[in-house]
Amino acid sequence: MMPEVAQIALILALILAVVQATVPILGAHLRDSAMMSLARPAAYGQFFFLAIAYAILTHGFLIQDFSIAYVAQNSNLALPWHYRFSAVWGAHEGSLLLWVLILSGWTVALAALSRSLPENFMARALGVLGIVSIGFLLFTLLTSNPFERHVPPLSDGNDLNPLLQDFGLIVHPPMLYMGYVGFAVAFAFAVAALIEGRVDRQWVRWSRPWTNVAWAFLTIGIALGSWWAYYELGWGGWWFWDPVENASFLPWLVGAALIHSQAVTEKRGTFAAWTLLLAICAFSLSLLGTFLVRSGVLTSVHAFASDPTRGIFILVFLVIVTGGALTLYAIRAPRLASAPPVALYSRESLLLLNNILLMTAAAMVLLGTLYPLVAEALGWGKISVGPPYFGLMFFVLMAPLVWLIPFGPLTRWKGDSVGRVWLGLRTALALAAVVAAISWVTHQDLPLKAIGGIAAGAWVIFGTLSFLLQRIRKAAPGRRLTAEMIGMSLAHLGVGIFVLGVVVTESLNIERDVRMQPGDVVEVAGYQVALIAVEHREGPNFVADEGIFEIRDDGVLKSIQHPQKRRYLRGQVMTEAALDAGFFSDFYIAMGEPIGTEGAWAVRLYYKPMIRWVWLGALMMMFGGFISAAERRLRQTVKTRDESEQPVETNLADLPERA
Amino acid sequence: MLRAFVPLGIFALIGGVLWSGIGKDPSLLPSPLINQPAPEFSATTLEDPERVISKTSLLGTAYLLNVFGSWCITCRYEHPVLMDYARKGEFKIVGLNWNDTREDAKRWLAQFGNPYEQIIFDADGRLGIDFGVTGAPESFVISADGRVLYKYVGALSPEEIEKRVKPLLAGGAQ
Repeated sequence: MMPEVAQIALILALILAVVQATVPILGAHLRDSAMMSLARPAAYGQFFFLAIAYAILTHGFLIQDFSIAYVAQNSNLALPWHYRFSAVWGAHEGSLLLWVLILSGWTVALAALSRSLPENFMARALGVLGIVSIGFLLFTLLTSNPFERHVPPLSDGNDLNPLLQDFGLIVHPPMLYMGYVGFAVAFAFAVAALIEGRVDRQWVRWSRPWTNVAWAFLTIGIALGSWWAYYELGWGGWWFWDPVENASFLPWLVGAALIHSQAVTEKRGTFAAWTLLLAICAFSLSLLGTFLVRSGVLTSVHAFASDPTRGIFILVFLVIVTGGALTLYAIRAPRLASAPPVALYSRESLLLLNNILLMTAAAMVLLGTLYPLVAEALGWGKISVGPPYFGLMFFVLMAPLVWLIPFGPLTRWKGDSVGRVWLGLRTALALAAVVAAISWVTHQDLPLKAIGGIAAGAWVIFGTLSFLLQRIRKAAPGRRLTAEMIGMSLAHLGVGIFVLGVVVTESLNIERDVRMQPGDVVEVAGYQVALIAVEHREGPNFVADEGIFEIRDDGVLKSIQHPQKRRYLRGQVMTEAALDAGFFSDFYIAMGEPIGTEGAWAVRLYYKPMIRWVWLGALMMMFGGFISAAERRLRQTVKTRDESEQPVETNLADLPERA
Repeated sequence: MLRAFVPLGIFALIGGVLWSGIGKDPSLLPSPLINQPAPEFSATTLEDPERVISKTSLLGTAYLLNVFGSWCITCRYEHPVLMDYARKGEFKIVGLNWNDTREDAKRWLAQFGNPYEQIIFDADGRLGIDFGVTGAPESFVISADGRVLYKYVGALSPEEIEKRVKPLLAGGAQ
């Protein structure tokens, strides 16, 4: 019974999505208040029914109802209860349901919190979100129904993919979807603005926190995926330029560009058309990511069960949503473009440069990801570009961006002199040079590129700190540090920390593959690693060989580690690496294969200095995104006269300057 | 004014590329070699640079030829599957170590296990070119009389082996 109820709930949600997508937009066109006011109840109702469907699927997993095919495919009696909870999004169908639920959740939040925006604008924005929702609900119902029955019911199920039986991967997809879907809000605002044919400062201001929050979620989602790959896959890497990783990284890059260009449009009114275009791009790339993961057009280590019908469906949907939005843009954008010229050196010009670099990087990643498809379409055969391409291109594009970061916050809007800004940054550059010199003296084996990277990371950190100091010293009390500035600075500091982590760990890590049997001691990076014993362990749904290792520092016991080699019921073999994690270095032990009959094992020992800084940096960027979204100013209505009725270009002179 | 249409144009291009990719299984490649005799080759084995292994010396039993390299990440996904079948001993697996060094490959096999009965060492990738290898991992089914029956790009899954590889191996055994 329950799955059928869920099925009906999904269909009702679809009907409400159709209402939400049509009536309010039509109402806004006809200026019919009653029709427009339907948007909110439709959004709330849709969320209600989706929550019911989602709860029923979760319930099916918890009570182990193997008559539901999806439950039977992705769980079994031995699966611990907390994984049954997360198994809901462990495969394609359920994760799609989660996607729609989150979209609906964002829509409800937007509907509830945006009462201060003009009625017809909100009717259109919510209508656009309704259109997106229709697409995903149809996709779920027609190609990927999670409530299909398995007749006759099975007595026991398959198992959840063992890769997904892990904390990191439980939280990774929801965070990622929060980010992907969050960009839908900026997208809906942009399309609504294009339909109206004007950019209103009020909604640009309004959409900024939403973009920041979406980007923050995406940041943590990607970081979690990277952290998980590091400790779970057993070979100690943290980023592989895999198509699916790229698919989540693309909207992140464009989202970062969007955050900066929204700032310009909100405060100065320039780049209005560009901001709209970025908002469309960020969400379209989220959709493209979904397409790449689920259509089976690219081989990836992540690949979901691929299915051409699904691919065609998402592609058609992508064409309707993105193609529609870009067509609208092509028709309407020329009318918006009347921005005042930008001074050669000003906050605006720096942010424009930031946008160009980020967008070029995004284009480069997109090209590299799609290259195998392009090559095949052009008959060059199957080729794929590897990490060397991405590594080089990314370095070339990101190095100037990182060096420019400290200049941004210190430079005034409208126009500034390089000399003035430079005065405030001399100390930071000197300190960065000192750090680089010290690291060169202490680690003579560091390549020049790494020294440059360390200098760049330190430069961003000291540059951002000197911005904060100058702010505290010079600005009037009460407006010294706003949430926006703290958030921005924290995110920039995060970039610096991230760069330091990447550079140090890539150039100083030690990897050793050794044969060890109980009693053996191996010396790595000045520590002694001893294999004490290898024992047999049994988990709820796996058996494992567990190595017991002691790590000693000059004979003093530092820690005891228990890496495992697991074999799951389904037959997959998983390496459960053991980590002695520290702020300045990680010790990483992974079990390879048994060698011979005397109990010896191939063992992988890694020493990874400062690898934690990679994720610490990402964490700081995330907090930066959340904190700046809390900025009170962004939630206030614009006070300038008749603001909501005036296109932004006409009243630039009235804008108060904000440094 | 036309400038505003540029994003739409770029999107149309990307859409076209994606469209061309739909429905083609990125793993299953039609190879001009299918049902043709496998290219003649003679190379040394991975373990012993003195010992020669050739197409002729492998005739007689159908086998799975698996292209791998110690540098190849996806190979590590595939590896446990091959190890499983090697343990069961259901068919013969021959390795083609591609674009690798002997030391790295040996260390890799020592760490993850060796599912191969024999391993061909192809240091300069010449043999890979003859076989039309596009990347690793990649697998071929070679019949007892030395014809290529099948080619697969990417990590082999147990399903793929059960569904396609094993029937072909059984059929190609003569």
